[in-house]
Amino acid sequence: MADVAQSTNVGTVPVKRSKLMKKLQNKSLWRGVVALVGFVLFWEVCSQKLYMGVDVPWIGKIPPPTEVYDEWKKIFFWPGYWESFYLSTARVFAGFAMAQLIGIPFGLLLAINRYFRDIFFPPFEVLRPIPPLAWVPASIVFWPTTEMSIAFVTFLGAFFTIVINVLGGARNIDVQYLRAAKSMGATQWDLFTKVILPGTLPSIFTGAAVGMGITWEVVLAGEMLSGGGQQGGGGLGFFIWSSYMGGTVAQVIVGMISIGIAGYLSSSFIRYIGVVSMPWRRLF
Amino acid sequence: MSDSVNSRGAISIRNLTKIYDPDGVNVMAVDNCSLEIAAGEVCMIVGPSGCGKTTLLNGIAGFHSVTEGEIYLDDELLCGPSKPKAEQGADRMVVFQHGALFPWKTLAENVAYGPMVQGVLKKNEALEKAGHMLAEAGLGDVGHKYPGEVSSGMARRAEIVRALINDPKVLLLDEPYRAMDSLTKSIMHEALLEVYDRTKVTIFFITHDLEEAIFLGDRVAIMTTRPATIKKIVDVKIPRPRSYETLSSEEFRKLVDETKEAVHEEAIKAFEAGERELA
Repeated sequence: MADVAQSTNVGTVPVKRSKLMKKLQNKSLWRGVVALVGFVLFWEVCSQKLYMGVDVPWIGKIPPPTEVYDEWKKIFFWPGYWESFYLSTARVFAGFAMAQLIGIPFGLLLAINRYFRDIFFPPFEVLRPIPPLAWVPASIVFWPTTEMSIAFVTFLGAFFTIVINVLGGARNIDVQYLRAAKSMGATQWDLFTKVILPGTLPSIFTGAAVGMGITWEVVLAGEMLSGGGQQGGGGLGFFIWSSYMGGTVAQVIVGMISIGIAGYLSSSFIRYIGVVSMPWRRLF
Repeated sequence: MSDSVNSRGAISIRNLTKIYDPDGVNVMAVDNCSLEIAAGEVCMIVGPSGCGKTTLLNGIAGFHSVTEGEIYLDDELLCGPSKPKAEQGADRMVVFQHGALFPWKTLAENVAYGPMVQGVLKKNEALEKAGHMLAEAGLGDVGHKYPGEVSSGMARRAEIVRALINDPKVLLLDEPYRAMDSLTKSIMHEALLEVYDRTKVTIFFITHDLEEAIFLGDRVAIMTTRPATIKKIVDVKIPRPRSYETLSSEEFRKLVDETKEAVHEEAIKAFEAGERELA
């Protein structure tokens, strides 16, 4: 009997697959690949100039991916391109990190302390609707260097989103968790560190993901407006702007795709940290 | 030992009145309600929706203040005119209607939480004790899982274990099995009875399910529609330990009918008054 069971098992037990193989066999991954390839093909076909004497609207006006690729091969060896890549990423992460560092405690304080909320929430709400880009001229006046004004505007871009998410998340914690913890003898500090903080973590990461997107937008616009600062390369925003002024459309598109990739890598990074720090949300 | 466990956890509710928002909407939830619960008794509270059952529980647990009257636990004042809101404490553990296990902690960490924050046990000691207690409750192999990974029945049992590790005088349960199917419910009942037979902890149990009330309780307090007061107390003299055969006994059916009649009257009153659920 046992033998029979064993012999049938041998046939059905799947061969242990490596992590990489598992990833490669994931259907979602392939759907994504097919979609991207399909998009590039569509773009290539549509931007091949004339069909029966007319070009395809919009897409017909831009260079095809092959041309963009050729451009990229050239740009790939420009140190200025990589400097721009680095500079924008560094600006995003600096502004983003500052926004987290100040925004999370600020949001938590707004959530848990009534006096703090009474005093700081009204000015916060007045400042919040001002778009970060509206701060550019003022921040150029405020700060001694262009670099600092870009950093400040970047910071603002993420700050408000982060605070609103943290505040909302902390205020929405089920009162029963607080009651249960308090009944079990939790002190105010325990409540804060063991209930409010973990309970707010999902909202902190939502705020981070949205904030990261906004920081990229703001950095690029800031770079375009401020002329990229004094450093070499000037950032991807400046790269696009100067390509538009003095380069080719293909170069502009290279800049745009670079931002897309950088943004995707940044948000993947946030998601990864989120998954690692919230094991209870990684269920099933 | 069992005697000493048995002699604590008496709740005395004396002329309790609770008015929500006295300066505004002014809703009288509980009106001059008195109820004596003996140490080690299982007292079931039934009544129409929104009648003020949870208000009583909130008063005992210290979640809300009371407007008039007093609540005593073992002759010690919990709340009264001099102290409208009782201190929350581990002597009165609540098991909530929708469950309140911390989703970010595993079941074992949840259970270990009380002794840890009270400083009674170190983290590893608390976790070890939590593991033992979970195993005792038949949850030995799911201690490392998060609440979101186990069934609602398992989660609710773990929540009771989390309450018991604090050695409470009273367990306050607010419709803990409300959303469960009858099969899961019957397993929950057995588990709770098993806990009760072992600890003889005083149980204050709110429910809508009359069969549950008779099956589990020593007494069933039927409350009137709002403002709530005690309409009738049904003594359940079915001997313990009780089993599922109890459910088909004539005595059981008679008690259920008796309760049903009283509750039905109040439910109709509540319905006609168009009351909506308070909280």
